[in-house]
Amino acid sequence: MPSLPFLAALAMLAIAAGLTFIRLVKGPTLPDRVIAIDLIGVLLVCLLVLMAGVTSQQAFLDVAMVVALISFVGTVAYARYIEREGS
Amino acid sequence: MIEWLSGGLFILGATLSLLAGVGVLRMPDVFTRMQASTKASTLGLGCLLVGVALRNPEFAFVVRAVSIAAFMLLTTAVAAHVIARAAARSGAPIWKGTLVDERPRQMTGPDSN
Repeated sequence: MPSLPFLAALAMLAIAAGLTFIRLVKGPTLPDRVIAIDLIGVLLVCLLVLMAGVTSQQAFLDVAMVVALISFVGTVAYARYIEREGS
Repeated sequence: MIEWLSGGLFILGATLSLLAGVGVLRMPDVFTRMQASTKASTLGLGCLLVGVALRNPEFAFVVRAVSIAAFMLLTTAVAAHVIARAAARSGAPIWKGTLVDERPRQMTGPDSN
């Protein structure tokens, strides 16, 4: 059932998340880490959209939209915090 | 035919997301890292959503895919702007190879707009 493009895309998304996690761990300033968290959220949305395409379950797309919304709100909140407190 | 097309779009979107991850790891600066990470959320996710809508051409899938794409296109710009402003205010270091630095001298003052 799992086709070759699906497996390749899954592997590339996993490698991208791993590379972003390295930046999250060693990022020198706080905005670097916020960017890494934001990108991990976007990669999670990409993964959910991919699962929706392969399994033909539209519930995955609903979850992807909710995750995107929460990730945006979290990013804006982090940015406001950095602006108030300094890095 | 549609299977091959959507499979190619899945590969393309995942490749763009992988490039965004590599860019976030390898870029020298907060501001350049930010422009690398924006690629995944616009073009990468857009390709994946087009692939999903091609593979499942039903009303529910297409409406959700279009709304997710529109939402991400709107919020990515806002989020990148807010993070960039916060980084510039908090005095994040800028790459020494930058040619033009248009930040004013006192970025830490109160905002005028």
